[in-house]
Amino acid sequence: MARERSRAAILGRRAALLAGGKFVILSALGLRLYSLQVLEAQRYRDMAEDNRANLRLLEPTRGYVVDRYGAPLAVNVQSYRLEIVPEQAQDFAATLDAVARVIEILPEEREKIMEAARKSRRVFLPVTVKENLTWEQVSRIEVNAPDLPGVDIKSHATRFYPYGHATAHVIGYVGAVNEDDLADDPDPLLELPSTRIGKLGIERQYELALRGRAGRKEIEVNAFGREIQEFKERRIEAEPGHDIVTTIDLGLQRFIIERLADQHAAAVVVMDAQNGDVLALVSTPTYDANLFPNGISPTDWAAIRDNPYKPQTNKAVAGQYAPGSTFKLAVILAALEEGFGAGHTTHCRGFIQFGDRKFHCWKRWGHGPVNMTASIRESCDIFYYEVAQKLGIDKIAETGRRLGLGARTGIDMGGEYPGVMPDSAWKQAITGDYWRPGDTLVAGIGQGYVLATPLQLAVMTSRIATGRAVTPHLTRDLFEGESVRARPEVDFQPLGLKDNSLLLVRTAMNQVVNHEKGTARGSRLRDSAWAMAGKTGTSQVRRISEAERRSRVLKNEELEWLMRDHAVFVGYAPYETPRYAVAVVVEHGGSGSKAAAPVARDIMLELERREQQFASGEWPAQIAFSESRDLR
Amino acid sequence: MQSLFQRPGEMTAPERFGQISWSLVALISLLAAVGVAMLYSAAGGSMDPWAKRHAIRFAIGMAALLFVAVTDLRVWLQYAYVVYGVALALLVGVEIAGKMGMGAQRWIDLKIFLLQPSEVMKVGLVLALARYFHSVSYENVGRIVYLLVPAAMVLAPVALVVRQPDLGTAGMLMVGGVAMFFIAGVRMWKFVLGGVLALAAIPLAWRFLLHDYQKKRVLTFFNPDSDPMGAGYHILQSKIALGSGGIAGRGFKQGTQSYLNFLPEKQTDFIFTMLAEEFGLLGGLGLILVYMIILGYGFAIALRSRNHFGRLLALGLTTTIFLYVFINVAMVMGVVPVVGVPLPLVSYGGTALLTVMVAFGLIMNVYVHRDLRLTRGGLDEDE
Repeated sequence: MARERSRAAILGRRAALLAGGKFVILSALGLRLYSLQVLEAQRYRDMAEDNRANLRLLEPTRGYVVDRYGAPLAVNVQSYRLEIVPEQAQDFAATLDAVARVIEILPEEREKIMEAARKSRRVFLPVTVKENLTWEQVSRIEVNAPDLPGVDIKSHATRFYPYGHATAHVIGYVGAVNEDDLADDPDPLLELPSTRIGKLGIERQYELALRGRAGRKEIEVNAFGREIQEFKERRIEAEPGHDIVTTIDLGLQRFIIERLADQHAAAVVVMDAQNGDVLALVSTPTYDANLFPNGISPTDWAAIRDNPYKPQTNKAVAGQYAPGSTFKLAVILAALEEGFGAGHTTHCRGFIQFGDRKFHCWKRWGHGPVNMTASIRESCDIFYYEVAQKLGIDKIAETGRRLGLGARTGIDMGGEYPGVMPDSAWKQAITGDYWRPGDTLVAGIGQGYVLATPLQLAVMTSRIATGRAVTPHLTRDLFEGESVRARPEVDFQPLGLKDNSLLLVRTAMNQVVNHEKGTARGSRLRDSAWAMAGKTGTSQVRRISEAERRSRVLKNEELEWLMRDHAVFVGYAPYETPRYAVAVVVEHGGSGSKAAAPVARDIMLELERREQQFASGEWPAQIAFSESRDLR
Repeated sequence: MQSLFQRPGEMTAPERFGQISWSLVALISLLAAVGVAMLYSAAGGSMDPWAKRHAIRFAIGMAALLFVAVTDLRVWLQYAYVVYGVALALLVGVEIAGKMGMGAQRWIDLKIFLLQPSEVMKVGLVLALARYFHSVSYENVGRIVYLLVPAAMVLAPVALVVRQPDLGTAGMLMVGGVAMFFIAGVRMWKFVLGGVLALAAIPLAWRFLLHDYQKKRVLTFFNPDSDPMGAGYHILQSKIALGSGGIAGRGFKQGTQSYLNFLPEKQTDFIFTMLAEEFGLLGGLGLILVYMIILGYGFAIALRSRNHFGRLLALGLTTTIFLYVFINVAMVMGVVPVVGVPLPLVSYGGTALLTVMVAFGLIMNVYVHRDLRLTRGGLDEDE
């Protein structure tokens, strides 16, 4: 009994110790719970909120680009994607086969889809079956929807260029965001894989205005990323991008491209000489801008890259050509400004001797006596050798720059080249050699170092036609980043050239086309209320040897394409009240009078026709704008 | 062979039934009701798949509890070693023919349910040790030779369970066994010595006994933020759920961590987390308090018993229940590593529920037989 009692007593003490220990331990857990749920509650509450709340961006609609009359140039179209949600399709393979009975799915496609479905670890995430469904396919799927559980058609906006060929060089295109884009632009929208941004042309220049502003929605997700619900009250809708009205006349643009179809490569710029609106900016050959938004295929890219006529180059702003005789307009203006009298005359006998070199006129037996007006009309080279030599290159360059040569025009699209308006300092800096008198003679007829883009030539023409420092632009409104305002009424500053000088040059340009001795007489506007004024240019790309000159200078048709002269023409119309200025460069097209001036003539006739059409109220393009809205 | 229920001149079965502590039964039922409610919430407001089955299992468990409570305590004394032996044989059985699951061999498929022999052993070991120490005199408890047999009784199942590998259960068996030694009156210095030896053995165990994934769990436990998406994910999410519950909780069925599935295993191991997320500190402390009261009942029943076997049995089983609660709650709070121990009566899971109900049945049995006196050697004679 006693032992039993002592055993019980010890057990009692030990049990009390044990129970006390348990009590202390459980109380400690209670304290720990207090620390988690009271002292650290806010931190964990935030973490729980982070877990479940997920921010999703809402993509804005990209702004449209339309032509000056509202015809759509860049729009968004819905494209349709067929998806299957494995969770909702009880038997994925069977559902896929059911889909295959409605629209065609090739065996190798099926294999890829099944593979994707096997790899997908989240049964509520859709597996893409087919992209870019046609309307017919969409409607067939919709009709069969009751038999296709888990099959879903998603639509998303894709950039589409209705006239992708005609406008590629002006509007450019959009493409996927790359690393460099991300580095320059912190907009979170760029992180979305579906985002496309402007890579070229208007699309790139006005990216911020076109893009709009992303909205956002907050959703609740579970541990597997499935969306459970949206916190509607926290939703911020996306702001769509601005629509951009360009100064381009789509009809004219397409007309010019068609007109140039018989040439390998050419560039044309048509602008409003008064206000700087660029009506057409053409570079051929061109390509379809629609190849780019979803990534160009290697075959298509190779076709563009390997084309010897370089469709990827926008020759209107990035092609730098010797302006040839069109540069004589600048030289003669410089001469008139520098005090050469209007009666200045030179005798042309076909060549002049300069040092130990002979410089030839294009007309082998010479023009005889040549005055200022005749020098332009008949494009006498000897006259300009002499005048240039007397003026010196620096005076010529000063006037050339005043006319817009040798510097970027600042047109609102990327990729513009500055051309070259050389002077003695320029040559010293670039080549390390001093300017030689012979260089001046060559420059005097727009050859040698002088280079200009077709856009610069159009600007030069506008400036001569109006006497004002016209600059070109492509949009009706002004955009600064994301904000927009109307372009102010343009009133360009006077060039600072004497009226008499300009008048003489304009008269001469009129004679180029309309005088019986004019070099572009073949391209005068017959049957038209307008008269065109202009200047031809034939820019040589090879050197003609003395031996060749002694026998006979080869005709362009006798040479390989690459050896032929570039044909150049600049002009404006109507002569009396200048409105349109045009510059045409046909690469290796031969003489300016034969290959370039007729193009300009046809453009002017088309412009006149369009003006009459517009005046008579027939203007189908205007309706196109409202129609294009419905595409969205 | 003795009758399970009755001997001449003693209480009849209905009389024993009348001795049952209904307040303890009510507390147990309260916990099971909390379990049903939480499982209903865990399923997003549905009795399926867990809540209904939990309720049914609890009803079966309650029948088992009541049955065990009114059997004769001496029968349990007599068959204590048999129960232990069967449990040990089953453990060897799973070692040989065990079914693969969760990377561990733990179950025997009895067609009706999956039997976890380690759960049977939790009761069997306490029964066997209670019988052993019941029969050893106070003097002999002080002699080391007399401790060799019970030590072997503890270490054999522990070794088998470690091999499964199930560190949580092994730990429970080990600590539960040591607690039996402690209350049996083994001298204090032996515990001190044993503790020192155990600490010395830790590096060896780390090297030779633990699997890589177990090591990773332990390492993650000491630095949970090191691997938030991997091994530390469960603990981190559990702590977020607990902490975000705050004082009053987020409301029934409103716990975002639970219903958005950030909380893993919310119907089993992490059900306490879910409760504390939805009912906050008040709910969590309330549940711990209920467990404390139940443990207090076990303690009081043990001290009230007039026989040594009953005292040892009640205290041993109370300790087992305590270990379940402590390991589970400490685990979900990141205080001990995640070892997969359920919260008794609340977590979803059949075998553990039945084990706990049988354990409560035995504690109740001790209470029913509180005035029975037993000799050290004999089974039925008063001293």
